[in-house]
Amino acid sequence: MARHPRQNGGPAQPPDRLPAQPPDRPPAQPPDRPPAPARPRWRLGAAALALPAWLALGLFFLLPLVLMLGVSGSQRGVYGGLQPIPDLAAYLRSGAFLASYRQSLQGLYLGIAWRSLWMAALTTGVCLAIGFPAAYALALHAPRRRKGLLLGLVVVPLWSSFLIRTYAWMFILRTEGLLNHLLLGTGLISRPLPLLYTGGAVMAGLVYGELPFMILPLYAALERLDRSLLEAAADLGASRAAVLRRVTVPLALPGIAAGVVLVFIPSLGQFVVSDLLGGAHTMLLGNLIQNQFAVARNQPFGAALAFELTAAVLLLLAAGTHLARRASPGEAGGRPAGWELL
Amino acid sequence: MTPAPVPAAAGPPRWPRALLATHTAAIYLYLYAPIAVLVAFSFNRARQTAVWEGFTLSWYGELLHDDRLLRAARNSLLIAGLATALATLIGTMAALAFATPATPRARGRAITQVLLLLPVILPEVVIGAALLTLFGTLRLRLSLATVLIAHVVFSISYVALVVRARLAGLDPALAEAARDLGAGGWEVLRRVTLPLAAPGIAAGALLVFTLSIDDYVITSFVAGAGATTLPLHVYSLLKSGVTPEVNAVSTALLAVTVAPIVTAHRLLRREAGGPA
Repeated sequence: MARHPRQNGGPAQPPDRLPAQPPDRPPAQPPDRPPAPARPRWRLGAAALALPAWLALGLFFLLPLVLMLGVSGSQRGVYGGLQPIPDLAAYLRSGAFLASYRQSLQGLYLGIAWRSLWMAALTTGVCLAIGFPAAYALALHAPRRRKGLLLGLVVVPLWSSFLIRTYAWMFILRTEGLLNHLLLGTGLISRPLPLLYTGGAVMAGLVYGELPFMILPLYAALERLDRSLLEAAADLGASRAAVLRRVTVPLALPGIAAGVVLVFIPSLGQFVVSDLLGGAHTMLLGNLIQNQFAVARNQPFGAALAFELTAAVLLLLAAGTHLARRASPGEAGGRPAGWELL
Repeated sequence: MTPAPVPAAAGPPRWPRALLATHTAAIYLYLYAPIAVLVAFSFNRARQTAVWEGFTLSWYGELLHDDRLLRAARNSLLIAGLATALATLIGTMAALAFATPATPRARGRAITQVLLLLPVILPEVVIGAALLTLFGTLRLRLSLATVLIAHVVFSISYVALVVRARLAGLDPALAEAARDLGAGGWEVLRRVTLPLAAPGIAAGALLVFTLSIDDYVITSFVAGAGATTLPLHVYSLLKSGVTPEVNAVSTALLAVTVAPIVTAHRLLRREAGGPA
């Protein structure tokens, strides 16, 4: 993939075929067939090709977001719908459109947001801590012909049913589950431990679900790392730890940033894991939002929370991209590394 | 500083191989053991599920007589099939838009790129809530049709990204050569670009199938009463309790999601010649 720098396709691409053309084109080309007319036709073609995606995403992705923004500024009606607003200007001036956002700053909800944040941070930290050595071993130690298989074995869980992978932990952790059964059998405990529906169960499920998202970009970064730099550092007398700290990690920083973003974001908006493994005790932001739409029928509040979550996600993404780009100024685009691994 | 008696065999500094290998093996165990346990116990004769009492296929047999389950499975297959066709078409077209020679109007590309990335980035809960808001505003009855719309919308981006990565890896000289030999834009597309992009398109399609057949979060927002899909059905079973039948359904759903992804991975890798 290093052969084609275009792969990192940033927005500002140079007209990439230009350098190749001048040397052989002008003499060989008869003056009556200039390449120019092809361009405008292609440009139109590109717009037409992108049109269906624009229509679909515009109508069913952007428009819904705009509508939801409107809902987040409305107030809940008596029967669960939205209260009609007779005078929009007065409504805006009164600041009532911020009511749902103000509500989200109440202690109870701040607590849920805080729990979501630190659980996502902890998940990310654990994934990084156990994922980095594995990615390092895969990238630098694994035999070349085994790499494809080993990497595939990381990718497969990523795309296999998330629901079922979460359920597997229910099966293992519940009171009559496998783990308790084994522990009772060995005599380590005399009565089943309450393992399911705890914060620990949610953490186990979160790390389990997100770990491949960390390993893949780390692997991608470590794999393309120039080994001679590590050798040089070692030759110059750096200890193993010093090489790791001062050469390997800084060079892998784009992969680390990508992995952190790819793990943190889904963890922050998590819904299934906390619902199945945590129950009512470990409600996260995702559950709170779902609850407002499905159970509490307070759509304005749910919409406001959804936008706060979105804002947090976009901020994190911007920070991560910025970090990755600063770490590798040569690479344009800053697309999360590891995408090409699927 | 005196040079340490380092063996001449230079190379990146090596961490204790055995330690790293053990750690990595443990990671693979962590990734696969829970799934393996689940699959194994779907063949367990015992009703009290944590004890192994012998091999049976009877739980799978019972699945075939569960009408609600079968209806949900049919819904899921229908949705996944249609979503795959539509999203692959739309997503591939969008990816091709990027494959045309870069034009001065780079801003359109940049905006399109962001538009295509957003559905991948935003939490599913947000997408589901937004779609529910739209359908509510339009007073559309929630049905299989609304589920299909949702699935197509969140899948387009994945196809576009995978196909685009594939197209970006192609040698631009090939299309150029065809053009020099007198092929028109359409001909280049049909006879050079598309055949070369085919593995990427197939992989994208398989991804969509996997995403669609497994989606719970977004579907739970936009599925009406009669529009239960397989994950929705399984989820309600999970909430009500663990039974051997659930293990059997889970294993089936796992197989349905794993098979396409293994195929997609092989498709993308075959010609790349090894990892990355």
